[in-house]
Amino acid sequence: MKKNLKYNLTWLAIAAVIYFGLFALYNGGVINLFTDAIIANIGINIILAVSLNLIIGFSGQFSLGHAGFMAIGAYATAIITRDNPTFGGFAMGILLGMLLAGVIALAVGIPTLRLKGDYLAIATLGISEIIRILIINLSGLTNGPAGIFGLPQFSNWQVIFIMMTLSILIVSNFIHSGPGRATLSVREDEIAAESMGVNTTKYKVTAFVLGAVLASVAGSLFASYQQSVFPQDYGFMKSIDVLIIVVFGGIGSTTGAVVAAVVLGFLNMYLQDFGNLRMIIYALAIIVIMIFKPSGLLGTWEFSVKRIFNKFSKKEDDSNASTNS
Amino acid sequence: MEVMIQQLINGLFLGSIYALMALGYTMVYGIIKLINFAHGEIYMIGSFIGYFLINSFNTWGILPNAWGFFIAMIISMAASALLGVVVEFLAYRPLRKSTRIAALITAIGVSYLLQNVMIYFFSPDTRPFPQAIARKAFSIGFVSVSNIQLLILGISVSLMIILQLIVQKTRMGKAMRAVSVDTDAAQLMGINVNRTISFTFALGSALAAAGGMLIGLYYNSIDPMMGVAPGLKSFVAAVLGGIGIIPGAALGGFAIGLIETMSTALGFSDYKDALVYAVLIIILLIRPAGILGKNIKEKV
Repeated sequence: MKKNLKYNLTWLAIAAVIYFGLFALYNGGVINLFTDAIIANIGINIILAVSLNLIIGFSGQFSLGHAGFMAIGAYATAIITRDNPTFGGFAMGILLGMLLAGVIALAVGIPTLRLKGDYLAIATLGISEIIRILIINLSGLTNGPAGIFGLPQFSNWQVIFIMMTLSILIVSNFIHSGPGRATLSVREDEIAAESMGVNTTKYKVTAFVLGAVLASVAGSLFASYQQSVFPQDYGFMKSIDVLIIVVFGGIGSTTGAVVAAVVLGFLNMYLQDFGNLRMIIYALAIIVIMIFKPSGLLGTWEFSVKRIFNKFSKKEDDSNASTNS
Repeated sequence: MEVMIQQLINGLFLGSIYALMALGYTMVYGIIKLINFAHGEIYMIGSFIGYFLINSFNTWGILPNAWGFFIAMIISMAASALLGVVVEFLAYRPLRKSTRIAALITAIGVSYLLQNVMIYFFSPDTRPFPQAIARKAFSIGFVSVSNIQLLILGISVSLMIILQLIVQKTRMGKAMRAVSVDTDAAQLMGINVNRTISFTFALGSALAAAGGMLIGLYYNSIDPMMGVAPGLKSFVAAVLGGIGIIPGAALGGFAIGLIETMSTALGFSDYKDALVYAVLIIILLIRPAGILGKNIKEKV
């Protein structure tokens, strides 16, 4: 435990350095409204990608329903801050979204996670579409297809950054905990894991629920940052966008998810200048990257503080460095 | 009650289009285990080719009415088949040996690409599809049917029968079935796997193009994003019937069409898509391999 604390503190220190770097950039006036939107978007995409990577990359369950859980968080926050425009209301919205997303993920996860591979993908896709259609049709609560706008903005880049750091810490600590190891064993070989006494359903559902809860947080932040929610923002394409980030970074690498979110965020920023050609270039980029580097940018490689520590302390040989942290 | 029967019949016609598209999904999935997300875009491009051809026939003053439509449909099917083969060759073939998720992302990339190329060159506007065949309504008792609906059902069913004959009776069909069972063994028996897969894409794409033109004629409007929703739904149809199984895809397509129109008849038209997905999830939970699917036990 104490050892983990050391690594986590190092991580927090790294995060603090990046935070103050950004802070200096903001105060120095380097960042305008446009770059601020890019940074906020990257932060939100990192939360989404890291949480989807937990489901796809670490537990090996192919989910296409991430946008649905994001929509739950977004709408919970939007509805609460519409009636109660205080910071407390915003916090309550996030918590309610997390709770709702968790409960729904649990309810749909237990039966659907029995399905395998593509069938699970289609079932989760169906669930997220059902959530979206319910949002469109429950217009008394959600204002239907017109969406809700004019919300107070509580999530700025600082809130997003803190939440992003927390999500990364939660996910990476989960992976290196006992349940996390069990989850990885389910990914490697479900039948073998089961025969070794691992309760596969339990760990699959745990990862799925945790991923869904984090997606809901990302949705809350997104709604509050955009100051509006529209049902069409949380369609099938949103799930695909997140999936592209995960695959682009390397399935099963948290570092990869972060790097890919940053790279794609900046790519999108530069592509803005191309106007209508933007989506064509983006699509071509996806195809070309997948053909030439199908394992993603980083594969399953992780940036690891522990390895660096080990390198400096050099107590033993490097063989235990591969059991990274 | 009369409304119900009318909607049941409408569902049959709509379902036959879904079935046509679902066949393409199911064949590709059956043979290389890829969810070909670009299939909906082939359907869209098929209807666009038909649109331009019929319009040119009209301006040149040749091939009026139904003849123009059928000739345009055959050309559109051929062109889409070629497009399907090209897409497979350029985008999917290099990924044959890599993970399925990478192939899936590529398919999504291709679908984005085709959509946006169409938007870039032909504007995102909705266009009226030329009504090459004049609409006539027949009423049999209290049920009314238009000649276009009958045409849709007729063409779809005959294409499905032709497909079934190709798959069951020809050498290529035999090769397709062999490759879908075991690619390596098929190769050892001297089957050219690459050519078989190309042929599968060509067949599926031709069917999708026919579906696109029929839907253009039926709804009288086409636009570059028209492939997304039907693409997704016909994939659902393929899964519902048991993916990889050709009669299953047809059954799933008709089922989806019927669920949609029945939910409209019962007054749930706002929830019809939700209902489609709910039925899908329930079926998957009861029969994880789809209605006609066989449950394959995993080997340890």
